[in-house]
Amino acid sequence: MIWLIYDGSFEGLLTLVFETFEFKWKEVRIRKKGALVPQLFAEVREVVTDEKKALRVWRKLVELLRPDGVRTLWKAWLSEMETVEESILGVINYAIALDRNVLADFGNLHVLNIQKTVKSVEREKHRMEAFVRFQLTKDDIYFSVISPDFNVLPLVLKHFENRYADQRWFIFDTRRNYGIYYDLEKAEFIDFVANELLSSNLVSPDAFGNGECLYQTLWKDYFQSTNITARKNTKLHVQHVPKRYWKYLVEKS
Amino acid sequence: MHERIREKLNILADSAKYDVSCSSSGSDRKNTNKGLGDASASGICHTYTEDGRCVSLLKILLTNHCIFDCAYCVSRKSNDIKRAAFTVQEVVDLTIGFYRRNYIEGLFLSSGIFKDADTTMERLVRVAKKLRLEHNFNGYIHLKTIPGASNELMQEAGLYADRLSVNIELPTERGLKLLAPDKTFSSMEKPMNFISHTITALDDTRKKMLHTPKFAPAGQSTQVIVGATDESDLEIILTADKFYRGFNLKRVYYSGYVPVLSDNRLPSLNAQVPLLRENRLYQADWLMRFYRFGAHEILEDHHPNLELDIDPKFGWALRNLHLFPLDINKAELEMVLRIPGIGVKSAHKIIAARKFGRLGWENLRKLGVSLNRARYFIVCKDPALETREYSPETIRHMVLSGGKSKFSKLWGVQTSLFG
Repeated sequence: MIWLIYDGSFEGLLTLVFETFEFKWKEVRIRKKGALVPQLFAEVREVVTDEKKALRVWRKLVELLRPDGVRTLWKAWLSEMETVEESILGVINYAIALDRNVLADFGNLHVLNIQKTVKSVEREKHRMEAFVRFQLTKDDIYFSVISPDFNVLPLVLKHFENRYADQRWFIFDTRRNYGIYYDLEKAEFIDFVANELLSSNLVSPDAFGNGECLYQTLWKDYFQSTNITARKNTKLHVQHVPKRYWKYLVEKS
Repeated sequence: MHERIREKLNILADSAKYDVSCSSSGSDRKNTNKGLGDASASGICHTYTEDGRCVSLLKILLTNHCIFDCAYCVSRKSNDIKRAAFTVQEVVDLTIGFYRRNYIEGLFLSSGIFKDADTTMERLVRVAKKLRLEHNFNGYIHLKTIPGASNELMQEAGLYADRLSVNIELPTERGLKLLAPDKTFSSMEKPMNFISHTITALDDTRKKMLHTPKFAPAGQSTQVIVGATDESDLEIILTADKFYRGFNLKRVYYSGYVPVLSDNRLPSLNAQVPLLRENRLYQADWLMRFYRFGAHEILEDHHPNLELDIDPKFGWALRNLHLFPLDINKAELEMVLRIPGIGVKSAHKIIAARKFGRLGWENLRKLGVSLNRARYFIVCKDPALETREYSPETIRHMVLSGGKSKFSKLWGVQTSLFG
């Protein structure tokens, strides 16, 4: 059993895949740098990210799994689940052994695992597209704070860029400490947010711009008025809007 | 000023909430010229009410003043309630303000008929036009078409709206006569027919010319109230089937009647909302739209109502046991879709996965098949789970005692509604 440590980037993981073939490592465990690795009796190797190796793996994967298949692996990787890299390697080994696209083989455990993970990641992406609540600040930025279960910011960028093309907006992930800022020209990843905008991981009311409070009140009113009391179904409500998201929802706070 | 707009919103959202449609999907309207919004993505539910319904659109009436007197409707003219009316600008501002904050996918605007059909329709169209032309708004707009409005107004509505709908509300002509004396089937089918024809005509033109204007790209829908009159489920799904085929409707919504008014033509105020029946009707509707079932396969003249304790596909399979068991590794997609406990997604996964090797029970379970029901209807690579021949009654009993339905506590209550 060899423990392989990589730098936490997708290129790093692809390099690692390359080296498992290069050095014919069979039984491996994969962890990101900084994750817990048992010290005793374990052979630990650190993989140094190498663009050339990563690119060769990338090309091979595109050929075997088609571009959307590689995207599937990347999406699963964004889940940051502890053993997701091992499932990804499992799928790659299986595809290479069969020399064909295996991502529809739902009878294979690694494939099933990846597809299930992707489903969770996509659900979280969709939830962020739904539950982001922008709050207009004094400097005319529509600002939102989130802390998604998975690293879905790269997946939602396009959605918000297409939709809010005529307003400046900023979505900040407090769990991973980075965000996306759109300045009317382009959307970019940014790893800084001004302190006065936040108070206890929410947008500070002191930073609200003109009309923000009124719209929040109107939205809360609407949420109540559109409810049909005779059909009350709390279980269904909580199933659709799990409690961990309530803190970001104007209508639930 | 703020208090007035709050009061209006409360009144006009409250009267619009019985319209169950909140769909924001099916359009292909993209953001253009760096404007606001994009309705090309699939629908998004931005929140859910405490009754568990999706909130996707700002759903309001322009006004609840109405000259009609439909017995089932809170806004009927003989009902003594607070009345209010938005201005065009107020609706526009609310829509834009909510949309920019990512509260909604767009607007669903309906209205009481406050003077005549044309005046009302013209006002609805003006809201949509202003949003599109003055605010470059590309979010989703659903407009209610007012029966009796002119073809010109309907034509204009279709240019700005993503979806148009006429609510038939009562699934039978006799129900309509009883509860909505101001309306007739034909007055409501006329706009549906017009919309359906315009969509088809423009689709044909689109094949020849590149720049054909959009016309209600997300199609049209309607709603029927369930349980306000004595119609059977068969009558309801035949009506739905007629709309799907005849007018190419995207959706028919079923709304369990919520008793809001005391009237001797209606179920009493303390009658329960027929949630379970509504759920079964949706399942039947899904069978017609996604599982390739015909209306008369789901229900028959001597069997005109859906069973409340089992889903309609399971019911169909029990009546047709001679077609089973199917070999899951060989059956055509069409038949796989008809196996109880297998949904559309699992069916497609089964077809894809069996190309790599024959499937067994464990594979099927992991693919999301509900073996609790499916086991009685299929054989696979592994030895059969059920080796004896059971009667339909036995299978039904075993499935029901094996699983717990979320609705089981409601059984018995709803069947007695008209008893």
